[in-house]
Amino acid sequence: MDTESTYSGYSHYSGHSKKAHRQGSRDRHKSPRSKDGSRSEKSVTIQTPPAEPLLGNDASRAEEGQDDNWGETTTAITGTSEHSISQEDIARISKDLEDSVGLDCKRYLGLTVAAVLGLLVFLTPIAFILLPQILWRDDLEPCGTVCEGLFISVAFKLLILLIGTWALFFRQPKADLPRVFVFRALLLVLIFLFVFSYWLFYGVRILDSKDTNYQGIVQYAVSLVDALLFIHYLAIVLLELRQLQPMFTVKVVRSTDGESRYYSLGHLSIQRAALVVLENYYRDFTVYNPALLTASKSRAAKHMAGLKVYNVDGPGNNAAGQSRAMIAAAARRRDSSHNELYYEEADHERRVKKRRARLVVAVEEAFTHIKRLQAEEQQKAPGEMMDPREAAQAIFPSMARALQKYLRTTRQQQYHSMESILQHLSFCITNNMTPKAFLERYLNPGPTLQYDRDRWFSKQWTLVSEEAVTSGLQDGVVFVLKCLDFSLVVNVKKIPFIKLSEEFIDPKSHKFVLRLQSETSV
Amino acid sequence: MAFVPGQPVTAIVQRIEIHKLRQGDNLILGFSIGGGIDQDPTQNPFSEDKTDKGIYVTRVTEGGPAEVAGLQIGDKIMQVNGWDMTMVTHDQARKRLTKRNEEVVRLLVTRQSLQKAVQQSMMS
Repeated sequence: MDTESTYSGYSHYSGHSKKAHRQGSRDRHKSPRSKDGSRSEKSVTIQTPPAEPLLGNDASRAEEGQDDNWGETTTAITGTSEHSISQEDIARISKDLEDSVGLDCKRYLGLTVAAVLGLLVFLTPIAFILLPQILWRDDLEPCGTVCEGLFISVAFKLLILLIGTWALFFRQPKADLPRVFVFRALLLVLIFLFVFSYWLFYGVRILDSKDTNYQGIVQYAVSLVDALLFIHYLAIVLLELRQLQPMFTVKVVRSTDGESRYYSLGHLSIQRAALVVLENYYRDFTVYNPALLTASKSRAAKHMAGLKVYNVDGPGNNAAGQSRAMIAAAARRRDSSHNELYYEEADHERRVKKRRARLVVAVEEAFTHIKRLQAEEQQKAPGEMMDPREAAQAIFPSMARALQKYLRTTRQQQYHSMESILQHLSFCITNNMTPKAFLERYLNPGPTLQYDRDRWFSKQWTLVSEEAVTSGLQDGVVFVLKCLDFSLVVNVKKIPFIKLSEEFIDPKSHKFVLRLQSETSV
Repeated sequence: MAFVPGQPVTAIVQRIEIHKLRQGDNLILGFSIGGGIDQDPTQNPFSEDKTDKGIYVTRVTEGGPAEVAGLQIGDKIMQVNGWDMTMVTHDQARKRLTKRNEEVVRLLVTRQSLQKAVQQSMMS
């Protein structure tokens, strides 16, 4: 029970500190009331918060109200938590603020350059065709059907180019990478040089000399559009196709608890590979739960605290010798911490299983109280009809206690507020889910995406790498993706070259004989 | 006792004459045979070369005519009454040995120890 109250203090404190920065002093004088309320929590009377939309202030107020009854039996806020959450929050928020300004500028600069260049490139063929008409119309040779055919082809090719560019490039940027995207920059430079050289040629040879061969000019414009389509093809190959074929397998390990996954990647730069890893991290890895790590930390602390080194032979700061002596003594000491760990884990397993069984039974029973009304019955019995939210609120009290105890045992209680549980319950009722489907969210820790953004602990990432981040992946490259609380270590391995040879087996060659060994007496 | 295909087989053999014993309606010899060209030679415990598909003596009943005549377990039968037994099926071998109108069968058998005995006698 002692450990439980410490954890409750953690969540209680963190919940309040976060809101304190957002809503000023309003929460401060509410906190004494909530502390009193939480002391008398043992009886299950739950004041369901008013059914309001869950955005913004209402959510936090509802969470505030729920802390009265849903929160644990806190007797005191333990000010000595392992790290001061409120200060980290300040640091994070201010960092977000100051970073966002700089990043936006860089992002928008790149986008505007690309957009301007694109517009210029798109209008160039049209300009090539129109300028002679505007400037020296009378001198131009008449050019009948051939030119009109070329006009049509230019128009359609420009349309195709427009659609292709829209499909390929006009996408919301999903990430902000530390260095410029090399291939994109190369392509922009290539396009710029290309169009520049075409304009140069056009300006010198055609505008200055006022060439009268209009068909030649139109064909020149058509060749420009063709070349642009080829550059578009090159862009597709470089940006999209090249990295599709898997060449490397990366192993991603989370530093705090060792959870690891493998992914297959193609030829990517390190920063793009990091992006892929992060996108998959949010989906594949279970959410980072700092509450699960305290056990190993306390064990480590006990190891270090057990021994002290005294220097008997006089002054002399032999640090290396001291540490070696400590290690040797620790190795020789017969400590039974492995025993403790084993029994503690077995005990915990049992407790979790028991609480889980109680929870499953309670939820199944609660779900039997609800029945869906069919359409015909809806007109017949207008009295007691409830919408999903009210139905959820009606059956929630019977399972609340079991659920709360289970979440506390598995240390997930911070990830699920009462409001979110009610919302999930009404969602499950609406979609005809069974009790087991409702519980799936709570019985197993899910990926980070499943939870509220506030609980992620992992929004700002830093790429730490010995090689340049725009260089490609190689066999044996290691880079680290750090966020404030933990880091992901990524190890790259090349997929081996596979030699495959063939062997032909004639279907008629499958023949068998019996193995006889008989003995006859004569 | 290994044979080279295409070459004549040479072996040191012992002549054994067995007089059949009448038991009721049957004439028995008092031993069991195994092997044959239609059998699996690798399961033969007595052969030195596991591709040898000859006829081997697998059991000798105690006090029977074969034991009296000097037949030993593990012997390879090369001839029966002049008929070759190195390239016969199991059933053919059985038939050659159990002809109802023959009271005596004269076998040529070979075994490992014969070779050694001859070598020893040649050396001394």
